[in-house]
Amino acid sequence: MQSNASLEYDYTVAKWFTWTAVIFGIVGMTIGVLIASQLAFPDLNYLLGEYGTFSRLRPLHTNVVIYGFTLSGVWASFYYSAPRVLKVSMGESKVVNGIGKLHFFLYLIAAASMVLSLGMGITANKEYAQMEWPLDILIVVIWVLWGVAMFGLIGLRREKTLYISLWYYIACFLGVAMLYLFNNMEVPTMLFSGGVGAWYHSVSMYAGTNDALIQWWWGHNAVAFVFTVPIIAIIYYFLPKESGQAIYSYKLSLAAFWGLMFVYLWAGAHHLIWSTVPDWMQTMGSVFSVVLILPSWGSAINMLLTMKGEWNQLTENPLIKFMVLASTFYMLSTLEGPIQAVKSVNAIAHFTDWIPGHVHDGVLGWVAFMIFAALMHMAPRVFKREIYSKSLLESQFWIQTIGVVLYFTSMWIAGITQGMMWRAVDEYGNLVYSFIDTVSVLHPYYAIRALGGLLYLIGVFMFAWNFFKTATAGRRLEQEPRYRSPMA
Amino acid sequence: MFHWLEKNPFFFAVGVFVVIAYAGLIEILPNFVDKARPVKGLKPYTVLELAGKEVYKKDNCIACHSQLIRPFKSETDRYGQYSLSGEYAYDRPFLWGSKRTGPDLHRIGNYRTSDWHANHMWNPKDLVPDSIMPAYKHQFTNAADLETAYAEAVTVKTVFNTPYDDGIKPGKEAYEARLKSKIIPEALKVAKATKREDLIKAVKSGKVPEVVALIAYLNKLK
Repeated sequence: MQSNASLEYDYTVAKWFTWTAVIFGIVGMTIGVLIASQLAFPDLNYLLGEYGTFSRLRPLHTNVVIYGFTLSGVWASFYYSAPRVLKVSMGESKVVNGIGKLHFFLYLIAAASMVLSLGMGITANKEYAQMEWPLDILIVVIWVLWGVAMFGLIGLRREKTLYISLWYYIACFLGVAMLYLFNNMEVPTMLFSGGVGAWYHSVSMYAGTNDALIQWWWGHNAVAFVFTVPIIAIIYYFLPKESGQAIYSYKLSLAAFWGLMFVYLWAGAHHLIWSTVPDWMQTMGSVFSVVLILPSWGSAINMLLTMKGEWNQLTENPLIKFMVLASTFYMLSTLEGPIQAVKSVNAIAHFTDWIPGHVHDGVLGWVAFMIFAALMHMAPRVFKREIYSKSLLESQFWIQTIGVVLYFTSMWIAGITQGMMWRAVDEYGNLVYSFIDTVSVLHPYYAIRALGGLLYLIGVFMFAWNFFKTATAGRRLEQEPRYRSPMA
Repeated sequence: MFHWLEKNPFFFAVGVFVVIAYAGLIEILPNFVDKARPVKGLKPYTVLELAGKEVYKKDNCIACHSQLIRPFKSETDRYGQYSLSGEYAYDRPFLWGSKRTGPDLHRIGNYRTSDWHANHMWNPKDLVPDSIMPAYKHQFTNAADLETAYAEAVTVKTVFNTPYDDGIKPGKEAYEARLKSKIIPEALKVAKATKREDLIKAVKSGKVPEVVALIAYLNKLK
């Protein structure tokens, strides 16, 4: 990673995506805190009439944080870091730059339409693939544009060897493309109905158990290829850049990358354990989930060892704090997932709050922390200004960490409590609890979870303010900082 | 080899794709050879039930309710016979859900009645004081989208050979005829079973409230 002072990078597209990341982060997580609070205090369901119930808002929360916040963060990082590792500026090619901009604008349109249509209840109702077919087509176009921008940059590159981050971006592009296409195969009813019914309605190409298999092949791997793969791309670039340390081991990154690629897709069936999917598929899902610990920990350990001999930075630089804790949460989450995929554990954990608990220690602790760190590392370079406030970053880190811990610990307890109560029998073998007993008991945990979410959200607002002030009022920098980001 | 791949993006991408796609080939495709076979006696959803399924999707019931009874005694005691693959043969999409904030609904039709559902959707707390489920009062005034449900029936009949009778065919006229002959009478039966005057009146005037379609769908789940 040599510096390249002679090249002036054009960060226009990257900059745009940083702002959508901030905005979607606020929107998506505010909805998240609202729906978490609704479970503890059901009267909050009536704030927005029929549009404000938990059930209607939940897909908005998931879609806005996944496809709004996370993808914006990923693309901001991509359009910032890919040109730098390839040693070619977006500004050097009108075509590539134009495609990057088109990518952004179509993405804005798609995101806005997504929020509107899901809010109105227009949905294909497959989790994390709720959008109806017209939006699906738009998303395919957006994805292709990203691919063209990526391979366009690669075609123009001066640095011949692809850096590790690019391996992961390429994998993200290909994996999501394949899964998205297969999972969203649907037949628009307008083609056959002879002018009857809503034009945007469709039916899935697959029925019942087959639909479930495809859906969770996608659902699980949307996690893999949106929440894991591009986030690893981010950490492989930004941790060495911020710390000034070289990656600990090339061989470990190689093994972790190809291992992850091979193993991840098998694990989707672990969402279908004890369902009507054939038993051998469930077992495969279970076994490969456990194998998945290896490549996941491979990356995480590689990151932690990159800091070898430089652990003092952890106390001095809040961005390093974010990234190191993110790696640690990644390890926690990728150990927890395989535990839940063991058949006997799954019998208790499935359908309970332990699952959202697991998701959130991953997304809040790993994904969002990495995106915050990446955006803040970019800020002084793309805005050419010093980071507005170090102490704000420090406080954000601690408030959010407390938030995540409250979130997942309360959901662990809630999930295991409920799972055990569902199956509890008395001495005659009769069920002890009616269903509502297992709901009432969760109230305190739901309240704690909402509090954890609220703390995290406060951190998001602190971040947004800090980022905004950096862009507009930070001290101007003469020269691009080389490693540690300067902060006031 | 890896060094070479890292300098040749095209082959790198091909390599990654093969490695990713391999799992799907082995694990996902085989199930499609036996395509979903319905269990004996399974009937496709009527248009009214399909409209109810659309309400179920629109208000996103799967956020809190599963339709998958796992093969454990604690589940069969609570919900009834465990779920079989063939029972889902006409479910496009499948609606198993992934979270049980509320109970499973796969056999709800066996142990809840139409009037129970109507009262429950109006205000769950009236029946289950500790319930955290919101009231869905808008379903009593919004009209169910029967036309789109009909379009869905035509589509699955044409494309997937779902066994509907000959009355299900494309076009507005066929729809209007079906509405009069089958859909409204079926809805009226459900509305009467709810014992709610407002619902009966609405159906008689030709407008089927969402909740009536939803109850027809829930009654079918058994």
